[in-house]
Amino acid sequence: MEVRNLTCISCPMGCALTATLEGGEVISVTGNTCKRGDIYARKEVTNPTRIVTSTVRVTGGTADMVSVKTKEDIPKGKIFDCVTALKDVTVQAPVKIGDVILSDVAGTGVDIIATKSVEV
Amino acid sequence: MYDVIIIGGGVSGAAAARELSRYQVKACVLEKEEDVCCGTSKANSAIVHAGYDAATGSLMAKLNVQGNEMMEQLSKDLDFPFQRRGSLVICLSEEDMPELQALYDRGVANGVKGLQILNREEVLEMEPNVVDQVYAALYAPTAGIVCPFHLNIALAENAYANGVDFRFNTEVLDIKKMEEGYELITNRGIYHTRYVVNAAGVYADRFHNMVSEHKIHITPRRGDYCLLDKSAGTHVSRTIFSLPTKKGKGVLVTPTVHGNLLVGPTAIDIEDKEGTNTTKEGMDQVITKAGQNVKNLPMRQVITSFAGLRAHEDGHEFIIEEVEDAKGFIDCAGIESPGLTSCPAIGVMVADLLKEKMGLVKKENFIATRKGILDPDTLSKEERKALIKENPAYGNIICRCEMVTEGEIIDAIRRPLGARSLDGVKRRTRAGMGRCQSGFCSPRTMEILARECGMSMFDITKSGGKSQIVVGTNKDVL
Amino acid sequence: MKQYDIVIIGGGPAGLAAAVSAKNSGIDSILILERDKELGGILNQCIHNGFGLHTFQEELTGPEYASRFIEQVEDLKIEYKLNTMVMDITEDKLVTAMNREEGLFEIQAKAVILAMGCRERSRGALNIPGYRPAGIYSAGTAQRLVNMEGFMPGREVVILGSGDIGLIMARRMTLEGAKVKVVSELMPYSGGLKRNIVQCLDDYGIPLKLSHTVVDIKGKERLEGVTLAEVDQKGKPISGTEEFYSCDTLLLSVGLIPENEISGGMGVEMNPVTSGPKVNESLETNIEGVFACGNVLHVHDLVDFVSEEAASAGKNAAAYVREGDRLENEKEIVLNPVEGVRYTVPGTICVNRMDEKLTVRFRVGGVFKNCYVSAYFDEERVIHRKRQVVAPGEMEQIQLTKEMLLKYPDLKTITVKIEEA
Repeated sequence: MEVRNLTCISCPMGCALTATLEGGEVISVTGNTCKRGDIYARKEVTNPTRIVTSTVRVTGGTADMVSVKTKEDIPKGKIFDCVTALKDVTVQAPVKIGDVILSDVAGTGVDIIATKSVEV
Repeated sequence: MYDVIIIGGGVSGAAAARELSRYQVKACVLEKEEDVCCGTSKANSAIVHAGYDAATGSLMAKLNVQGNEMMEQLSKDLDFPFQRRGSLVICLSEEDMPELQALYDRGVANGVKGLQILNREEVLEMEPNVVDQVYAALYAPTAGIVCPFHLNIALAENAYANGVDFRFNTEVLDIKKMEEGYELITNRGIYHTRYVVNAAGVYADRFHNMVSEHKIHITPRRGDYCLLDKSAGTHVSRTIFSLPTKKGKGVLVTPTVHGNLLVGPTAIDIEDKEGTNTTKEGMDQVITKAGQNVKNLPMRQVITSFAGLRAHEDGHEFIIEEVEDAKGFIDCAGIESPGLTSCPAIGVMVADLLKEKMGLVKKENFIATRKGILDPDTLSKEERKALIKENPAYGNIICRCEMVTEGEIIDAIRRPLGARSLDGVKRRTRAGMGRCQSGFCSPRTMEILARECGMSMFDITKSGGKSQIVVGTNKDVL
Repeated sequence: MKQYDIVIIGGGPAGLAAAVSAKNSGIDSILILERDKELGGILNQCIHNGFGLHTFQEELTGPEYASRFIEQVEDLKIEYKLNTMVMDITEDKLVTAMNREEGLFEIQAKAVILAMGCRERSRGALNIPGYRPAGIYSAGTAQRLVNMEGFMPGREVVILGSGDIGLIMARRMTLEGAKVKVVSELMPYSGGLKRNIVQCLDDYGIPLKLSHTVVDIKGKERLEGVTLAEVDQKGKPISGTEEFYSCDTLLLSVGLIPENEISGGMGVEMNPVTSGPKVNESLETNIEGVFACGNVLHVHDLVDFVSEEAASAGKNAAAYVREGDRLENEKEIVLNPVEGVRYTVPGTICVNRMDEKLTVRFRVGGVFKNCYVSAYFDEERVIHRKRQVVAPGEMEQIQLTKEMLLKYPDLKTITVKIEEA
């Protein structure tokens, strides 16, 4: 039996979680004050994931950069592959919030979307 | 071949250049930094001393009183802030009265006008925040406060307008005596000149010693200061000095012409001529001593601390003369306090010396006045509206703490000897000098600098040299 | 001269939420004055996620959170002026503002909502000794440079202060290619949210040194390194613990200060603890019809609570404008923060003016474990809520209801404190 102590990052409360594993399977989560904490702990000890936010360059717009994020969380181990994949991405204004900037980033199956609109 | 090269663009060098520019002369200022006012002149108490400190009969005493008298007219001619607020030297006990009396007597002997010894009640009426245990004070109504940046920049701009060349980022490495005049080897080529004015501040001994067998020695004497927010700016209305006693020398507390409160300095002798770092010991000293003469100082309102180096020559006297064994080499050395006060008189003295030696003839078209950067705060609402209509850049606030507009920053950049760095803009306009210390305006000021000077953002520096603000773009090393 | 019922100073999260709420409370004549070139305030540079769980039940990035409110402002046709700096406001609510197009102009407001936000404490305020080279930035300045302009302020970074912006910037700089060597925190606890320590530092192996501060800064032109030292319980560096870190960048995340120069200028009374205005249950300052909300009032850690507070200010300002809707200000109950509680917002309550529910927000002065948050109505303990841990980095709150307070007609003081278990 393995016990893992975690801090929940699902919301600003930052609950102290304890996940108990047996044979790689999570058998219990305690310390959470909501369902999100349970989900987070189970994921964090088996396949930790994160939302990644970053910026890409814009041309022809009212701003030089547009903020972006992964539409869903991606495996933690893929974070640097993800930002590196954005290195040479440049988009043309106008950009609308929610626009797909790059699809299937770093082979994660997750799209990069704009989190802000940039006018021409 | 120049007639005169002035080494150093601080207040002494700039004042000498400005006075010299009254004459028909080909002159140049060599400055190792990227701007004028980058050494001792930029980090000091910003005080125009009355003149009771220096020994009677000394050059310091003479030029102090002269400089003080000249400052008001000069501030009008060259449009820089100067306020004759008066000063008090605080005496805390009866037993120290002889020292206070000696200061009074020396002041009278030095020709300082209007000195008065005030009793406790008179002091507290004048300055209610002086400590309650004050015993008496020496009141000097002629003392004042000045903006050292604007004084220095005004002198330089006016000298430039009258034909003096300025070379920045130009460091003199060696000086050779030639058949006629001198050869100055710099990091940016060789300069020839008939006469040299050595106004190099803490480095003046180095240049003097290159040409003379009679060595001088300058110690950088560091002074640490704390600058308080404008909310504390009216805590005292005059400069409050500490009476030097057997127990030591205190620190001064003074309003500044821009409405802040300045506390300091320490006096710590160091070796490094570039050692303008503050230290914990220095800061602690300032904080401890600050309360000796002024009560309830809101030290939580400190917005920045800094240190400056006084160019203390071993003889503790201004050295303004032709070097005995180096004809044509004029020292302007050992210019420590009251150097800022004295600079108008120093300029005249240097120019007079050269006039005599070189037989200089006055120019007919000397421009005696200069307009500073327009501060819209000094305008009426109607004038300000008209100004923005004419130039919308004056309607765009860039520095929110000091309420500096884009118009002022553009002026600071475009004018002769204009700003090329964030600190250059700051000294000229105060953008970045307020309570947030440039956190808000620096990216905005950088954009204006880049646009106006055709520079890349990577070339924009805090203060020249390798002081770049940004070093790359996002993900460039990934 | 133009006249508006409500003029809102600042178009950040507080100003936007206040505007929407005032409009929804029936006021049509509203103007937002924003100094930047777009609405949204600081959220525009907070491109990380984690906003909006309370307000929208989903995790948004800063710009996304802002856009939700900006859309409402647009849909409700609320007027705003961008690139406009408010120069001053008189006690009579005459607002002087300035921009390029209109120059210097005046607006008469019936009510004013202060929503100017806050600024970062600078190096100067800390008296860190050393040189003053380039390479020292507040975390927010670096955030703007990186997130809005795409420029890297440096390559090797030390961060002083573990406030949320500092933690967030540790991750941002790392993901943009910089090496963040260490985060140093003067206090024995972090000033930021726990989850930010996990996802911004732990995820990237960035060490957090608690009870450490910068004692020297090296480098004349560009920063070359900093010396960290451990501090004792009084925050004084312990000699012999100095450790040098070479770096070209020092980011400061050492606290936020409400930006109240305009408020002070118009005669608004300040609370020295928060550096924000003293307000009553309506978030109204000592000047009638002048309200405050968001970080200008007190520094928040969550934008969701800013929006909530601002909505309340907007609603109350609307009630003030429609005079008739507002009850006379009867006797006031004073909130008294003691024993671990540094302040409360509001500071006073007038029961007949309050809503059915009132949130009292506060911060604590230290870390308390297994404690109770208690409220005493005069002598009687009425609220006694168990908490595993409370810390200065996280805003706390208690809920009061009108029903509760009406049961105590002679109530003079509500004392809020932290009690040991």
